Amino acid sequence: MSITAEIVFLVPELALLILACLILVCDAFSTDPGKLLTYRLAQFSLVAVLLLVVYLYPDDAVSVFHQHFISDPLSAVLKVTICAVSIIVFSYSYDYFEERDTLQGEYFVLGLFAVLGMLIMASAYSMLTVYLGLELMSLSLYAMVAMHKGSGTASEAAIKYFVLGALASGILLYGISILYGASGTLVLPELAAHVSARTETDVLLVFGLVFVVVGIAFKLGAVPFHMWIPDVYEGSPTAVTLFLATAPKVAAFAMAVRLLVDGMEPLHIDWQGMLIILSVLSMAAGNIIAISQTNIKRMLAYSTIAHAGFLILGILPGMRLDVGYGYAGALFYVIVYAIMSLGAFGVVILLGRKDHESDRLEDFKGLAERSPWFAFIMLLLMFSLAGVPPFAGFWAKWFVIKEVVAIGHIWLAASAVIFSVIGAYYYLRIVKLMYFDQPEHMTEIKASRQMRMALSLNGLALLILGFIPGKLMDICTSVLGF
Amino acid sequence: MAAYMENIYLAIVLSPLIGALIAGLFGRFIGRRGAHWITIIGVGISAMLSLVAYKHLMFDGGEVYNAAVYTWLTTGGYSFEVGFLIDRLSVTMMVVVSFVSWMIHIYTIGYMRDDPGYQRFFSYISLFTFAMLTLVMSNNFMQLFFGWEAVGLVSYLLIGFWFKRESAIFASLKAFIVNRVGDFGFLIGVAAVLMYFNSLDYMEVFSQAEAVAGLTLSPIPGYEWSVMTLICICLFIGAMGKSAQFPLHVWLPDSMEGPTPISALIHAATMVTAGIFMVARMSPLYELSEVALSFILLVGAVTAFFMGLLGLVQNDIKRVVAYSTLSQLGYMTVALGASAYSVAIFHLVTHAFFKALLFLAAGSVIIALHHEQDMRKMGGLYRYMPVTWFTGLIGSLALIGFPFTSGFYSKDSIIEAVHHSQLPGSGIAYIAVLLGVFITALYSFRMFFLTFHGEERITRHTWENLKESPAVVTVPLAVLAIPSLVIGAVLVGPMVFGDYYMDALRVSASHAEGLNEMASRYTGVMGFTLNAFTHAPVWLAFAGVFTAWLFYIRFPHWPARIVGSFGLLYQFLVKKYYFDEVYQAVFAGGARGAGKLLWQQGDVQVIDGVLVNGTARVIRWSSGVIRTLQSGYLYHYAFAMIIGLLLLLAVFVHQVF
Repeated sequence: MSITAEIVFLVPELALLILACLILVCDAFSTDPGKLLTYRLAQFSLVAVLLLVVYLYPDDAVSVFHQHFISDPLSAVLKVTICAVSIIVFSYSYDYFEERDTLQGEYFVLGLFAVLGMLIMASAYSMLTVYLGLELMSLSLYAMVAMHKGSGTASEAAIKYFVLGALASGILLYGISILYGASGTLVLPELAAHVSARTETDVLLVFGLVFVVVGIAFKLGAVPFHMWIPDVYEGSPTAVTLFLATAPKVAAFAMAVRLLVDGMEPLHIDWQGMLIILSVLSMAAGNIIAISQTNIKRMLAYSTIAHAGFLILGILPGMRLDVGYGYAGALFYVIVYAIMSLGAFGVVILLGRKDHESDRLEDFKGLAERSPWFAFIMLLLMFSLAGVPPFAGFWAKWFVIKEVVAIGHIWLAASAVIFSVIGAYYYLRIVKLMYFDQPEHMTEIKASRQMRMALSLNGLALLILGFIPGKLMDICTSVLGF
Repeated sequence: MAAYMENIYLAIVLSPLIGALIAGLFGRFIGRRGAHWITIIGVGISAMLSLVAYKHLMFDGGEVYNAAVYTWLTTGGYSFEVGFLIDRLSVTMMVVVSFVSWMIHIYTIGYMRDDPGYQRFFSYISLFTFAMLTLVMSNNFMQLFFGWEAVGLVSYLLIGFWFKRESAIFASLKAFIVNRVGDFGFLIGVAAVLMYFNSLDYMEVFSQAEAVAGLTLSPIPGYEWSVMTLICICLFIGAMGKSAQFPLHVWLPDSMEGPTPISALIHAATMVTAGIFMVARMSPLYELSEVALSFILLVGAVTAFFMGLLGLVQNDIKRVVAYSTLSQLGYMTVALGASAYSVAIFHLVTHAFFKALLFLAAGSVIIALHHEQDMRKMGGLYRYMPVTWFTGLIGSLALIGFPFTSGFYSKDSIIEAVHHSQLPGSGIAYIAVLLGVFITALYSFRMFFLTFHGEERITRHTWENLKESPAVVTVPLAVLAIPSLVIGAVLVGPMVFGDYYMDALRVSASHAEGLNEMASRYTGVMGFTLNAFTHAPVWLAFAGVFTAWLFYIRFPHWPARIVGSFGLLYQFLVKKYYFDEVYQAVFAGGARGAGKLLWQQGDVQVIDGVLVNGTARVIRWSSGVIRTLQSGYLYHYAFAMIIGLLLLLAVFVHQVF
């Protein structure tokens, strides 16, 4: 394939890069303190990229640039998810910053670069591309966390995130270098071919695999590589937390699937064992510690950790397509989780005001009296997060557990259910606070119409997906070739 | 013809159901008149068609109908069906049930005139008629059990009809729970039938009865039980509950809390006879177990005698009738035990009419006295209520077995049958039923004299409004009085001594000797009646009436004096042998105690305390502990990551070596 023919597959990423650079320049020269132009351009870019991805939806997997880059249905589904989630993130964020008069164009520009990193991760087909995308995303995110320069907690969170992220990057890179040394290739399918061709067990490969898994675990936020999450989620401006908690999770999922399933399927038995440990620890620690939290952002951070455990559980089956749908459950899970997470942080943003962040659990007391509709939306979100039927969160858990049972890990499925039950406590506590407690104050909930609309749709989407989950499940399984 | 009859049978069962549903669900739309019309028409159709069926079978030589009309479900080789077995036994019951029920429907118009639950009441009694008809017409145990439970349910609903009365709620619960004890035995019996016969169809079960009779089982090693005895006794325990036999009789007197038409319909004429009917229906089984028959005989005798005694000390007019019902049910049970099934059903039929009559007469008095039920506040009513007085007299005479009345023939046959029985325990039973005659006469005429004769003890207010009840009340009284008088004489020949039932009842040759001997001496109704004057029962009845006259008309101050000198015995009777107290303390108290124990120790302490809240506490505690790991120090976090990495390395790389 000629270079020009190959470039076609990169069009969404290239478009985003060019648009992001243009917006950076526009923003620098814009005098509008409201940054409306930057916001609109950023949203336009995301929509454009989304449409391009949909337009270029590949029927088959095509790898280009010496197999460093792949265009397949999985990457397309992930990219669509990332773009769509980011669009909603930006719209909630705009409301957040506008209320606080702290709107900075950099937020959107950095966000776009992070999205670019994520898109690259989704399409990465060599360890080099994976790392490239990961770093592009991570560096943008570090900067976004630190954006409120005046805020002590934000700076602290940024430093923690940066240092630990650097450590994780180092570990990942070290693992990649060992794998390269052992196999002599960076390209994932070639690595897989090398691993399966080996005659005896190669210690070096497993050694490198452990480092790679740790790098993935850090990005997903699995125990014991999760420590950064609560502090960063709590310390960052809520709009940044919202971004951190959604799209990058999808990208991290992409990274995990690319590296483990595409690159090291022959070592399935080894990484499966590691993932089991990580997933059980995450579900246990996340759900249990969340119970004693008093800050909603921290509580949701631990909930993220618990959900990461579930997500890892879904990756476990890998490509065991003989008994089930492989990791299709995880794909479904990560999409649904991104929607739930969006909504949950969206409600925190909705309630927060300039002078009052409303991120304590007490702030949810009596929400049903202050705003019955948004209390209802929050109820949908909480039920869905807890995995109560018939909401989408239930189907996500069901799908993952079904696949885990299919590969024969009954006890793992059972423990997942038990930890979900424990987790239900703190989600339902929010519902209890909203509906059964008296409000501490009757402050009116102010929000733009766009925010109200988006949040309502976000919550209802879970209900609708809960009633008709079949379509999305079909998409998830078709990605794996069903 | 069969298809034609099948439609008739279906209509007999379904028309009361339709009436009940319409009156119950749409009572508000059709109004009070609509409700009583629809149900009376429904039950009327049943009654008329029952007569058609009766004529078809008894006079036109129609075939016995035995077929399934609907297969409910098939599972594991069993077929659960809805079907009818219409033979001479069931058709007799159908006529009695639908006819008495019809009369009571009409009577209810007058009795419940001012009640706010008018439509509900009609719906219930119609539903009851449906349930009872399902029970008697069934051709399998499954449907029998359905009818059995359904009449129990309606009985519960009707005893508690005035659900705002504390005592009514108590009584309805009591009836339901005591019946549950019986039903438990009944269900075990049905289950045993299914287990050993592999079928629930009557005819199939009966045809295999001989084969099963030889089987034994030993639930406790070393003890061999006959399967047939077990089945029969278990089924009879159900009958003891429904037909209020000692010691499950306690619910019946309390059931008088329900409106009087209900006492007449359910607690006298029909539902309580379900047990009697069931045993008669199962006669091919019972004939194979002498132990079960002896048991039945003794239970019946105890009930007949001791429950009659209690009637002597009651002051509530309805309760006297209730105890007389208990005692009469005892008589029927005794007859069953003596293998005189035909006689038991005969007494059932006569009793249904005269007891319904007595209850309605009592109800008529109660209406006239504005719901006053205490006989000490009555007296001398014959002047004001001639129709009620006269019909009440007929009912009482029938009850005591006065010659030529219906009760005379049936009761005398029972006593004769017991006299001829060779079963163990028949001697005691004979003495009990003989003495029972005197007791019956005494309490019946005590009631009659206290109510209608003697000095007027009515309060002035009620006296001013005292008048005979309206026609809707007196017409059913009159209609019921006729069979109460004559039906015995008409039926005694064919039913007791003839082959009225054909093959519906089965009596083994050795058990049939007594009846056969009676039959050989039977020369006709007149002969039977005159012959009775040479036997004790009639004279005992006269003696009872005379004693009642002495005590309550001639020397009214005697009873008080006797009570004074036999205080302890009197108290024992008034307290109904302390059954209620003992049950209340032992069973109700015991169950509540056990429940409380399990609740407080088991549920609150162990399940809630340790398991549920304990788990929650442990998780909350561990949550508090683990969260402290989140120190906030960057180097702690980095350290945790390194440790995690090393652990993974240790576990997995080590594995490879």
